Parts: sequence; C-alpha cells; structure tokens
Amino acid sequence: MLANAPILNRLPVRETIVAGIVVVAIIGVIMAQGMTFGVRMMVEATCYAILALGFTIQWGYAGQLNAGVLGFLALGGYAAMAFSVPMNAAFWNTDLPQQLGWAIVRAVFYILIIIGVSQIHRLGVPKKVRTWATIIVAFILYMMMKSHFVPIASAIEREAQFIGGLGMHPLVGWLVGGLLAGVAGYFIGRICLGLRSDYLVIATLGIAEIIKAVMVNEEWLTRGTLTVSPIPWPVPGPGDIGFLAARSLYLTLTALVVLAIFLLLQRAYKAPWGRMIRSIRDNEISAAAMGKDINKRRLEIFVFGCILMGIGGAALTNFTSIFNAQGYLPLNHTFLILVMAILGGPGNNLGTILGAFLVYVIWVMSEPVALYVMQVVIYLGDMWFAWEPPGNIASRALQSRVFIIGLLITLILRFAPQGLMPEKVKHDT
Amino acid sequence: MNEFIFFINNVVISGAVAGSIYALGAIGITLIFSIMRFAHFAHADMMTFGAFMVFIFTAMFPGSGAALGIPTPILMLPIAMAITAVLAIGLDNAFYKPLRDKGVKPIVLVIASLGVTLMLQGIIRMFAGTSSRSLYIGERKEIYRLEVPMEGITRPIVITDPQIWLIIFAIVAVVALHFFLTRSRLGKAMRAMSDNPDLAEVSGINTRAVVMVTWVIAGALAAVAGTMLAMDVALQPQLSFFILLPIFAATIVGGVGQPYGAIAGGYLVGFVETLSVFNWSILLRPLQPMLPEALEVPRNLALVGTEYKIVVPFFILVVVLIWRPTGIFKGKVI
Amino acid sequence: MPLLEATDVHGGYGGMNILNGVNISIEKDEIGVIIGPNGAGKSTMLKAIFGMLNVTQGDIVLRGQSIKNTLPSKLVQQGMGFVPQEKNIFPSLTVQENLEMGAYIHPARVPAMLEQVYEFFPPLKEKRRQQAGELSGGQRQMVAMGRALMVEPSLLLLDEPTAGLSPLYMNEIFNRVKEINKAGVGVLMVEQNAKQALAIADKGFVLAAGQNRYTDTGEALLNDPEVAKSFLGG
Ligand SMILES: Nc1ncnc2c1ncn2[C@@H]1O[C@H](COP(=O)(O)OP(=O)(O)O)[C@@H](O)[C@H]1O
Ligand SMILES: [Mg+2]
Repeated sequence: MLANAPILNRLPVRETIVAGIVVVAIIGVIMAQGMTFGVRMMVEATCYAILALGFTIQWGYAGQLNAGVLGFLALGGYAAMAFSVPMNAAFWNTDLPQQLGWAIVRAVFYILIIIGVSQIHRLGVPKKVRTWATIIVAFILYMMMKSHFVPIASAIEREAQFIGGLGMHPLVGWLVGGLLAGVAGYFIGRICLGLRSDYLVIATLGIAEIIKAVMVNEEWLTRGTLTVSPIPWPVPGPGDIGFLAARSLYLTLTALVVLAIFLLLQRAYKAPWGRMIRSIRDNEISAAAMGKDINKRRLEIFVFGCILMGIGGAALTNFTSIFNAQGYLPLNHTFLILVMAILGGPGNNLGTILGAFLVYVIWVMSEPVALYVMQVVIYLGDMWFAWEPPGNIASRALQSRVFIIGLLITLILRFAPQGLMPEKVKHDT
Repeated sequence: MNEFIFFINNVVISGAVAGSIYALGAIGITLIFSIMRFAHFAHADMMTFGAFMVFIFTAMFPGSGAALGIPTPILMLPIAMAITAVLAIGLDNAFYKPLRDKGVKPIVLVIASLGVTLMLQGIIRMFAGTSSRSLYIGERKEIYRLEVPMEGITRPIVITDPQIWLIIFAIVAVVALHFFLTRSRLGKAMRAMSDNPDLAEVSGINTRAVVMVTWVIAGALAAVAGTMLAMDVALQPQLSFFILLPIFAATIVGGVGQPYGAIAGGYLVGFVETLSVFNWSILLRPLQPMLPEALEVPRNLALVGTEYKIVVPFFILVVVLIWRPTGIFKGKVI
Repeated sequence: MPLLEATDVHGGYGGMNILNGVNISIEKDEIGVIIGPNGAGKSTMLKAIFGMLNVTQGDIVLRGQSIKNTLPSKLVQQGMGFVPQEKNIFPSLTVQENLEMGAYIHPARVPAMLEQVYEFFPPLKEKRRQQAGELSGGQRQMVAMGRALMVEPSLLLLDEPTAGLSPLYMNEIFNRVKEINKAGVGVLMVEQNAKQALAIADKGFVLAAGQNRYTDTGEALLNDPEVAKSFLGG
C-alpha cells in the first residue's frame, strides 16, 4: 500500500508519528499530574535532550561510546553552582583566599618544573634517566603540593564551610560548565581515541567516578555531602513570579538552547565538516586518503559532545536549584541518556530530541506505575498467601526501574538497532 | 619493629586480598575477550550476583557450615558458582549470542553488556535492597592474630578467615586454570580459538562448546571473587561500578586476552592500590631521630586518601594506555 | 564416481558475485591444481567448497553427496581438510598443540596421527614444543598442512602452500604433496607457481574472472601454448 504511494515517502511519516506519540504522552502526563508538574518534566526533558544530543554526536557520528556522561554533566552542574551562588563573605574576609592563591601559584610553578624535567633529554640526558627523574621529581612535588593544600582546605572547611560562589549570572556558569567538560573530554579523547573503542568506555566510566569522588570529598570546593542550595536561576524564580510562570520561562530558555544546538548541528551536518564526519563514520573514504586528520576530527566531535553534556548538566542542575554531588548517579545521568540516544536513532538529531522526551516521560511515569504495581502485588500476596511484605517496598519498587532501563537497552539493540528514526545515509554523488 | 607488622597487615595482606579479587575478575574478562572479542562490562555484577546467591543460601541454611568446621558462605560457594555459571550462559544466549550472530561491531556488545549490568543490578536491588549486608549470618568472622616471636614486636599479624580462604581459592583457581589451558583438549581449543577463530572453525573445533566453557569459567570465578569481596567487606549492590575499573585496569595491564597477564595485572593493581593509600610516615617515623631537626616527617605521607582509591586503577590504566596499550607483557594486539 | 565434483558454482561475499560458474572435478587419488591471475576467485572457490561462503547457484558433490553450503565443522567430519592461504596456524600454540587441534574431533586418534605427521614432516618433531608462531615460513606451512592431515582426510584443500617460500622449501612442499597423494589422499590446490604445480597435477583448472578458462589434464595445460602465453609467463 505505502509503496504504491510515493508521495508518502517524501512526507516525514516516521517523524510525525513519533512526535505525535511524544505530544500525546506529554498531554497525558499533564492531565494526570497537573500543569506545573508537566512543565517541570518538560524542562528536565529539554535538559536531557541537550545531554542526549551530546551523546548522540559522539556515538552516532564517530562511534565513540561515552559511558561517563555523569562526569561531564557533574562538571557542568558544578560550574553552574560555582558561578551563580553568592560570594561567601566568611571566606573572602579572611586571609584564606590569599593562602589559596599562593598555593595555586606554587602548584603551577611545580607543574612547570615537572614539565621542565620531562624535557631534559633535549639537553643530552639519556631518556631512561629523564623518565626516572621526572617520576621522582613529580612524586616529591606532588607530595609537597598536597601538604600545602590540605591545611588550607581544612581551614576553609572549618572557618567558612566552603569557598562559595562568584555571584555571577548563572548563564556564565552554563558556558564555563561546557568549557570545563570540554577540557576534560579533550584529555580523555587524546589518550583514548586512537585505541580500541572499548578503552574509551572504561576510561570515561572511570573519569566519571573520579569527578564524582572529587566533588563529594573536596568539601571546601563543593560543600560535599552538605550540598549547596539554592542556586539562583537565570530567569526569574518561583519566589518572584510563581511556579508555573517561572518554570515556563525556564522551559523557554532550555528549549531555545536545544533549538540553537539543533540548528547548529543541522548546518554543520550539511557543511563540508559534516560531510567529512559522515564519511569517516561510513568508511566511505579510506583512512589513508584522509590522512592523520581522522583522529583530529574524531577528537573535535568528542570534545564538542562533552561541551554539550557540560551545558546540559549545568541547565539540569541549575533547574533543580541544588548542587548535590552524591545525587549524580550512573543510572539517571549516564544510562538514561544512552537509552534516549539509541532509541532516537544514533546520529539522528531530531530522533534524539524526540527520544529524550519519550524516554523521560516513561522514566518519570515509571515511578508511580512501579509503586502501583508493587502495591497490587502486595495486596494480592497478602490476600492469597498472607505474605508479609518487607518494609522498604517503595524504595525497592523504584529499583525495578534499573532493571527496565537495562532491558530496554538490550531490546533496542536486538530489535531496533537503528532506533525509532534511523539516520538516513545520504550519498553525495 | 611494630611498624613493619603494620606494613604487613596494611599492604602485604590487603594487597594480596585485593589483588586476588581483581585477578579472579580479570581472568574472566580477559577470557571472554579472547573468545568473543568484546569487553564484558557486566562482569562486576556477575560477581555481585554470585555473592548474592551465597547470601540467599546462607540465609536459608544458617550455620550449616559449622558441621564441617568452615564458614557457611564457603560451604554455599560451589552452589553459587554453579548458578552463576548457568546465569552467564543464559545471559550469553539471551543477549550476546543473538547480536554476535548478527555480526554487530564489538562496541554494540559492550552496550548490551551495559544493559545487562543494569538488569542484574536491578534484580539484586529489588530482592536485596540497596543496603549493605553481611554474609556472616549468625556466625562470627574469625580473626587470627599471629604473634611474631621477635624482640621489639608487640603487635600481631592480623588476618581474617575470609582472607585466608580467598588466597587459597585464588591459588587453586590459578593452578587449575593453568592445567586446564595447557593440558585439556577443551582448554587448548580455547587458546586456539583465541589465537585464530576462523582456523578453529576450519579445524572442526566445537566453537560453541568453547564459548560455553568460557562463560562457565568466567561465571564461576566471578562468583568466587564476588563472594570473597562480600565476605571481606560486605555485600553491596552498588559496589560493582567501583570494582569494574580495577579489574579492567588489571586486564589491560596484563594484555587483553592473556589469562596469565590478567593474574599478574590483578595483583599489580591490588598492590599499587594498597601502597598508594598506605601512610608511609609510619615506616619513616622510627627514622626521625636520625634526621636533622628541620626535616620533620609529615604526619600523613599517603599518596592518595582512601576516598580517592578509585583514582589509582584509573591512573594505572591511563599510564598503560599511553605508554603501552597492548599491556606490559608481550602483548597480542587484537 | 568423482571424489569431488563442483558444477557451475556461483557465489560471493555479501551481494557481490565473485564466482560466475566454476566447474571442478577430481577423482579419488588425483591431484587437482587451480591456477589463474590474482583476484580470479581461486581462494574464493576453495572457501565455497569448504562451506565458508554462500553458494547461490550450482552444486558441490563429495562422493556422490551434495555438500553445498555445509558448515566447515561438518565437512571435517566427512573427511575434508583445508589449509587457508594465510593465517593458517595457531601462533601461540606449540607445534604439537597445533596438530592436536587438527584432530579435535577424533581425540583417540591423536597419538597415532601425530606419529604419521611427524614422519611426513620430520622437522616438526624436533620443534614440537616450540610455539608455532616462532617458526620459519616453510615450517609454518608444514604445521598448517600437518594440522589438516591430522583427521586423515580423503580430500585435502590447499591454498597456495608454497607462497613466499624459498625454492628449496617449495620443492620440499611439492614433494610432500605428491607423497600425501600417493598415500591415497585426493588433493585440490591453488598455486601461483603454476608450472611446478601443473607438473604434478592430474587435472588443471585455469580460472579467470570467476570462470573456468581452461580445464584439462595438468600435462595438456602445460603444453598448451595459449595457456603458456597468458598464464604461465611465456
Ligand atoms: N572476505 C572478502 N570480502 C569481500 N571480497 C573479497 C573477500 N575476499 C576476497 N574478496 C574479493 O574476491 C575477489 C577474489 O578474491 P580471491 O578469491 O582471494 O582471489 P585469488 O584468486 O587471488 O585467490 C577479489 O576481488 C577480492 O577482492
Ligand atoms: Mg588467493
């Protein structure tokens, strides 16, 4: 039937159907849970869309699987907090900033020494000697650096809790967050992109855990487990204009960001840069013909994806208005995004945005649904077997979502490896 | 000399324990890689699953090990090994094999294994909750204090029951694996398939049997490692993300696809980890009188705090990836 | 009844057809030699016989039974041995372990067959505890052939067994092939060293672009001026 109607092939049938499902789902949530809840969900979904776009260009364009979205997201979240939270007088009015500044200057100096020692082979020193000298010098200076910082850090924690923020406009934090994540991505990419693709998975997984460990433990920087709140919004907050209006404004902002990124990606896709990227992906041009540039292009994509994750993380954290380092979880902040991207279709930007919305709606609604199912199970168990359910049934019901996300990943790979909206491979002939 | 005993307790024993756990995990990952050519990220959760099975059986028959004079979890371990081995084969048939048969890229299998990770974690958390539990149910963890009959030593060497079991299990497993790989027909076939899968097929080697036995070994060893970890510390579902990094670091350090390398890599990572969090000033303090006044031994000379232990395997990983991506031994590049 | 008869074989990789109707037929106890330019599809034809790619048209019959698209592991059980053109050993296994893998399906026969193979290739006996990857090219080729002989095949497929070998080793290998054949094993081999190969061949097949160009006895092809001009380098 459809094959006989060529006109239908030109209409974006799939896109329209998927978009329709998403709209219906959102309306359903709003009817069930109310408007303020619905808008909150949409804000978070747009933030996730930014994150998923970052993921999908890495995975879909360059085959790089980033299993540490959480880390880049947390860097963005940290920047959003650090730039927008007011200055901490208890810190700035002491001589601690000065001490900290000197410690940083010293650290920079030490690093320069280490770099210098690592170059002494240019002076004719044998390479083996250089390597050992560098290791020993780096070790000693590292220990010295640590002994400078530790007392200052504990003094800050004791006297001022933490260094506080910079009191700037939150959007500055969003941008710096993207930058921070990009820099982290650059170093990881430099090390891993020339190697087997699974090394990147391990390395990103590791860097995410490390970033999180730093944020949880360096209380002088992040307030650690004590969390920082409130983080001021880049738009008027609920206190000024009410929940619905404030959230709507925030939604407008995040939606604009998504739109801007989307348009940028579409343009880049059609530009020579995008064509090159696609040919790398599709292996249309042999690696030899492209020369060494391939790794450079791949690094560009990876860093760009990380920047988007930083911005998305900033937007998401900023919206929750609380910086809680322990709240960054692999499930919510890495794997959920992975599902969104592979469901939407790797490398398909529109598909990824729609995938982000669809998965997020499912995610949000799975909480009450799981609880409801659990209650039914308890009720039946009680009725039929006089079964005594364990006390923390609610928290366990939520754990079922971990299972569902995992199952979803394997099912998509098996039955819809191209996602809901496969990326059309265009051939420029 | 008490400082020396402190060193033995905190570095030698702890390192051997961590190293054994990492080695047992890394063997599985490296075998799976050499046969199926993908990095199995659900391995740490197979470890947790094995420990969880031990927990269930121990809870069902508490104290039953006393009859044999061994801790009940050790008695239940063979059952858990068998169940985990079956689980491993089941996971392969349900999730990995269909994708392999479709001829997907290895990275897709990696994603599938991430999905399996979440499924296993979800199951364990649904049944066991997220809190940490002890595998010793109604039993006491024996702690042995070995006095050292030497002058000036007042402190004992401290080693716990599970630590002794772990080291025994690790030695037995390594020896058994060695004989399996070099003496048995299936073991040789496994090495052959790791060398050249196409030729293995052409030679008439039953590659399906090899795949099965790979999962059996990986699953059983994962159950041992997970149980030992849980006996030594506690059973915690969320531990797996932390254990994943050291066992992958061990695998890569040893050269991916090389079982002996994985063992060496496991102990290397384990010892470097404990050496890095060890407070060296304890060893240096006795030297203080010999040093000039100005040179005071700092109070804390640990390389990293225990809260940053995770940085150590990552650092090892990065150094190896930069310096020699094929592993520090003669590496086969796959 | 011919030992192996392939008629009008079509097939290729993915959607691309490489073989466009190849005919091969050898009797029991014969040596068949396939020659032809690079990329003619010689290796592809051997793979097609050994069930390693999809044959879309035509038939392949072993001792009267169709073996078209049969898995390699099944063909080993039916008495076929295959030595691929490259990557034909297990480099990290010892020489003896390599040979043992050849008889994987008949573990009981291993000791007896090891003796026979060592008799065929005495150098292998000396080196039996060495890793196969450390051997010289000629010795590796012996390992590869020895591995295939371990199942006592009635038909042996060899893909360029003398490629890259010194003349000394080359003659050695050709002599071994003759001996193997005398022991009652049918041999079908692809060769670049066409003259020497045809000299020992009962049947010769000249392939070009995935089709038979000439099919005759080895001697007739050697003496055919047309063949000599285009395929034997004058
Ligand atoms: N695995 C493969 N996938 C796709 N094409 C192949 C493959 N192997 C060989 N080919 C192609 O098939 C053709 C014939 O190859 P082959 O049979 O190896 O030639 P030869 O006669 O030199 O042995 C060549 O064009 C080659 O590029
Ligand atoms: Mg060839």
